[in-house]
Amino acid sequence: MSKNRTHVIGKSGWRRTLGAAVVSAIYFFPVYYILMTAFKTRPDALAMPIKFLFTPTMDNFYSVFVRADIQGGGGTDSGFSHYFFNSLFIGGTSVTLALIMGTAAAYGFSRFPLRGNDTYLFIILTTRMLPPIIAIIPIFVLFRVFGLSGSYTGIIALYTAFNLPFSIWMAKSFFDDLDRDIEDAARMDGSSEWRVFRKICLPQVYGGLAATFVFAVILTWNEFLFALMLTGTETRTVPVAIARTIGGQVGVDWGLMSAIETLFIIPVVLVTFVLQNQLLRGVTFGTIRK
Amino acid sequence: MFEIRLEKLTKRFGNGLVAVDQADLEVGHGEVMCLLGPSGCGKTTMLRMVAGLEWATSGDIMIAGKRVNDLPARERNVAMAFQFYALYPSLSVEDNLAYPLHAENLSRAEIASRVARVSEALDLTAILKRRPHQLGEGEKQRVAVGRSIVRDPTCFLFDEPLSRLDIQLRQTMRTQIKEILAKLEKPTVIVTHDQIEALTMADRIAVMQKGKVEQVATPHELFSRPTNLFVASFIGTPQMNLLTATLADIGEPESNGSITARFAVLGETISALVDRGVAGLAKGSKVTLGIRPRSFEFVDRGTIDALHATVDLTEPMGAETLAHLIEQGADLRCVVQSNVAPATGDRVAVRCKAGQLHVFNESGNLVG
Repeated sequence: MSKNRTHVIGKSGWRRTLGAAVVSAIYFFPVYYILMTAFKTRPDALAMPIKFLFTPTMDNFYSVFVRADIQGGGGTDSGFSHYFFNSLFIGGTSVTLALIMGTAAAYGFSRFPLRGNDTYLFIILTTRMLPPIIAIIPIFVLFRVFGLSGSYTGIIALYTAFNLPFSIWMAKSFFDDLDRDIEDAARMDGSSEWRVFRKICLPQVYGGLAATFVFAVILTWNEFLFALMLTGTETRTVPVAIARTIGGQVGVDWGLMSAIETLFIIPVVLVTFVLQNQLLRGVTFGTIRK
Repeated sequence: MFEIRLEKLTKRFGNGLVAVDQADLEVGHGEVMCLLGPSGCGKTTMLRMVAGLEWATSGDIMIAGKRVNDLPARERNVAMAFQFYALYPSLSVEDNLAYPLHAENLSRAEIASRVARVSEALDLTAILKRRPHQLGEGEKQRVAVGRSIVRDPTCFLFDEPLSRLDIQLRQTMRTQIKEILAKLEKPTVIVTHDQIEALTMADRIAVMQKGKVEQVATPHELFSRPTNLFVASFIGTPQMNLLTATLADIGEPESNGSITARFAVLGETISALVDRGVAGLAKGSKVTLGIRPRSFEFVDRGTIDALHATVDLTEPMGAETLAHLIEQGADLRCVVQSNVAPATGDRVAVRCKAGQLHVFNESGNLVG
C-alpha cells in the first residue's frame, strides 16, 4: 500500500463517526435482537413491549441439542449436532473442491486462452444467471434417476458445481492482475510451467482465494432451496432443520429458533474475522495492492 | 567467435505489426552490447526473443554456437534482469536470490555459499530476510541484478535496467553494473532508450529504429561516423544540426583520402575538407550537412567559409551555453563556453571545425 495513505482511527471527526455508528446500529439491530432472544425464557421472548432487561438463561441452547421427553425427566438427541456437522462438512468440502477446480481452470483461462475463451467464460457464468428455482426440477429428476437424492455425494457435487463459476471468475481476475514479467523471470530462472504456477503465481493469489472461499462458504452455508429438495434425514443441513422447527402445536418457539440461529452465525463470523484482511483485498479485486 | 548471433531475425505479431525486421547482430565474448532506440523500435522484443520469451517469426538465434530458436526460456541458460525487477513478491530477498539455483540441482550448502557471495558483492547482506515490497528502488534493482548473476549462464540480458532509478542512484548503479559486467566476462545485451547509459556502458551499440538495426558500432564511431540521418540525429545531445545544402564544387582528392568540396547552404557558399566518398556525388546534388553543436566555432564576421546568423535564444548549461541561431528559418544549435557566449539579437558568424562536417546523400546515408 502506498506510504502516504495512512488511516488513523478517529481522524474523520465526530460527526462522521456518529453517523457511521447510527448506520451500524441499524444494521446490527436484527442480529442483536436474535442474540438477545436466544437468552430469553419463553415469556420474556413473547413479552410486549420488548424487554431489553431480563435474566438470561441457557435453556434454549440446551434444547437445541436435546429434545425434552414429555413422559420421563430426560431427553433425546434432537439431531441438531448432526445437522451442524452436515452443514460444515457439505459446505467445507464443496467449497474446497470448487476452489481447487476453479483455481486450476482460472489459471488455464488466464494464461493459456483457447479460441473463444471469452465465450466459454460467459457460458460458465450463465449457469449462475438462472434463478435456482428453474433448475430445481430437472436436477431433482436427475438426482432421482441416479440415486443421488439424500446422499452426501449428490449434495456436495451440486454445491461444488454451484460454486464453481464464481470461483473461476474470481480466481481468473486475480491471475489476470499479476505481473507477467515475474512469471517470465521464473521461466528464465529455469522453472517449469508447473513450478511457475505453484511457486510464483499461486502464492500471490492466496489472499484473493481466501476471500473467494469466504464468499462461497457463506453462500453455501445459507443455501436453503436445493438443500430442502435434495437432502434426506441423514444429510439435512441447518437451514432446512431450522425451517422444520417452525410451527408445531405450541406455536413458534422464538427462543429456540434464536439459539439455533446464534449458533448458526458463529462459524461465518469466525471465518470472516480470521480472513478479514484477505477479504478486503478480495472484494476490491486487488485494486489497493499497488 | 561470437557468443550471441542473430541472423535475419524477424518478429511479426498476430496483428501484423512487424516489431523486428530482418535484424542481424553479433555479440562477442565478454562484450557489452546496448540496444538503443526510441520506444517502440523493437529493442525489447529483440531481447525477449533472445531470452526465449517470444518466438521468432523467422531468422536464427544462435547462442554459443547453438541454434536456440526452438528452446523454451528455461532451457536456454540465459539470465535476464527485468525493467520492473520482477522480484518474486512472496519470497524473501534470500529466496529470490536462491530461486534460479533450485533449477540446477545444487546442494543446499552450494546454494547458500553462492547466495552469500552475490549478496556480499551487491551489499544485500543486511536485507536478506526482507520481502520485495519492503525494499527501496535501488535495493530492488540490486536484488534483480543479483538474481541474474547468481547462476552461471551463457549470457546476460538487461531490459532498461536503470530506468526506474532517480538520477543519483542511476549513476552509482551504472558504475556498479559496469564493474560487475567487466568481472563476469560474458556476452551481455542491455536494452535502453537512454543514450548516456548506452554510451557509458556499452562496448558497442546497436541503434534501432522501426524494427531495423540502423548501425552497430562503438560509442565513439557512432558519434563520429553516424551511418545515416536517423543515427546522426538520435545520438548526441544537443542534437546534431542537419542543414539542406547543394554540392557546388568538388576539388581534387588529397593524399590522406580527404577532398575539398564546396557547398551552397543558407544562401552562402562554404568549402570544407570532407571524406572522399563525396566525390561519388554529382555536382548540384542535394545533400544534408550534419554539424554537431560542439563542432561550431565562433569567428569574426566576414571570415571565409563562415555561416552568418542571428542569435535567437541562449540556454545556459553551466560551463557551456547552448545558443540557438536563426537564419532563413533554419535553427542552428551551437554550444560555446559560457564566458564567450553571444547575446540574444547579435549577428554572429560560425564555422565548422576542420574535419567535423558530415555529408549525407539524398537518401540520408553518410557519404563523407
